[in-house]
Amino acid sequence: MSETVSVPLHAVAHGRAGDKGNRSNISVIAYVPEAWAYILAQVTGERVLELFRHKGATAVTRYELPNLNACNFVIDDALEGGVNSSLSQDLHGKTLSFLLLGEVTVTVPRDCIPKGSPYL
Amino acid sequence: MRDLEATAVKTVFIGSGAGFAGDRRDAGIAVVETLQRCDGPRYLIFEVMGERTLAIAQRIRMRNPELGYSPYLEPYLHGVLAACQEHGVRIVANFGNANPLAAAKRVHELAAELGVSGLRIAVVLGDDLLAFIPAEEIAALPAIEGVSIAGKEIVAANAYLGARPVAQALALDVDVVLVGRTTDAALVLGPLIHEFDWGAEDWDCLAAGTLAGHLLECGGQVTGGYFCDPGFKDVPGMDNLGFPIAEIDAGGTTVIGKAHNTGGLVTRATVTEQILYEMHDPGAYLTPDVTLDISGVTLEDAGTDRIRVVGARGKPPPGTLKVSVSADGGWLGEAEMIYAGPNALARARMAADIVRNRCRRNGVTEPLRIEIVGAGAVFDNNISQRQRGINMPMDGEFRLRAAVRTHNKEVAQYVNDEVLSLFCSGPAGGGGYRCSITGQVNTASVVVPRGPVEAQTRVEEVDR
Repeated sequence: MSETVSVPLHAVAHGRAGDKGNRSNISVIAYVPEAWAYILAQVTGERVLELFRHKGATAVTRYELPNLNACNFVIDDALEGGVNSSLSQDLHGKTLSFLLLGEVTVTVPRDCIPKGSPYL
Repeated sequence: MRDLEATAVKTVFIGSGAGFAGDRRDAGIAVVETLQRCDGPRYLIFEVMGERTLAIAQRIRMRNPELGYSPYLEPYLHGVLAACQEHGVRIVANFGNANPLAAAKRVHELAAELGVSGLRIAVVLGDDLLAFIPAEEIAALPAIEGVSIAGKEIVAANAYLGARPVAQALALDVDVVLVGRTTDAALVLGPLIHEFDWGAEDWDCLAAGTLAGHLLECGGQVTGGYFCDPGFKDVPGMDNLGFPIAEIDAGGTTVIGKAHNTGGLVTRATVTEQILYEMHDPGAYLTPDVTLDISGVTLEDAGTDRIRVVGARGKPPPGTLKVSVSADGGWLGEAEMIYAGPNALARARMAADIVRNRCRRNGVTEPLRIEIVGAGAVFDNNISQRQRGINMPMDGEFRLRAAVRTHNKEVAQYVNDEVLSLFCSGPAGGGGYRCSITGQVNTASVVVPRGPVEAQTRVEEVDR
């Protein structure tokens, strides 16, 4: 196994945010299959709820998609009421995938970072 | 027998020309150029409806019965209508918005202007609940998301129809099908039901067609658009992004590709991001046609910019239909001022304090947000102001932003003017004042039993 490093989730995964009402869903997809198990072990629903609590989030459900090396986080009440009532510039919370990717740190073998990544 | 064999090996080609109202106007041209060389039934879809666009269109139709269809009908069709007619590429689109009949008339006019003759158009009608259910009954339906609509004047209430009426419209042998509110996926599943004669209980086929629709409905979002992250997820040719074309067989196996001679890419990564886009429980994506389960879906490389999608499973749909209900949402006022250079963050913070204090002192009680763009505005909010900005260097470029939601337009104007007054009464060096006051629509989703809506659903051909 290669050397272990602590990096933002952005180094090992990508994702996209979507909205329905006041609920956000953010996918987290491992770049390389080996990273998925580390993401699963470390990026828990509880951790994601803590990250979004300041925006009003009340619950997080994590769905696991092993065939796709992905997780789907469904975050309740994360969008300041959603497009109906939010005062954010980003009414739909489209930018929030990068809040998750940027502020969650994971500890992974260096091999989990894709070749050519600026994180290497 | 020969026909059956032809069906068994037939591949249907469906391309996307737009994934939302505001998408690139010329994206469909390269898609049609590719489709016209495909050997099989070919379709071009346009998805241009949102809950708010529908509510706005409903208001426009109330003022003028000839309007209320999508303003993007003309920009998107102008460059492709003649080629589609010439090469037998059938168009399925939700340009209808609040008025599919008027949309059909406008497409006939556009065809005449372009010298396209013999165009046949059908519409799908019956999604507009206000046409046959009293507003007070709609307001009492059980809500599943969005704001409470009790006691508010309902502007629009449209049920999400499924793919069956789209297939029925195609059976009229028309060149163009225009719908109002259907599921986005119905624009793709409808043609597949028509071509492959999938039955109401062919759950896995219906699921596969729904997934193909889900992958196509956002246009370039599956071909590298809204995906590119330079240096980390690179995508070539973003300024000429190729829109997707799906190839689907009678068993529902789907290959996602894209228009030839364009930028963008199709990889497992681009397809995976779009599969999970706006998906909640991957085991139960609810539509009127089928409950889609993507938990067993796998992706296979099928050549350059080609990904095969297999393993979608289907279960029966819910017994109810989702309805999008819209009501008046008052006004959103927004105003901004920018500060730059030495000590800019301190000056922007002082400006924020001034505006906040003056608005409260002068009786603004509505939800108000004062924030500093560049110091964590979208990741933070009023509860956690300045958390990300707290350790930032004071020098830089920061934009003060004030936003208010109100039912009194005067209040929105007052808050905007408080930002404007920073010019002469605020901290040094503010500039670049911007402001807007925009009418808002509130939406909620409710559910309605299928029977009464399906009894009203109908398709008809529209002559010139």
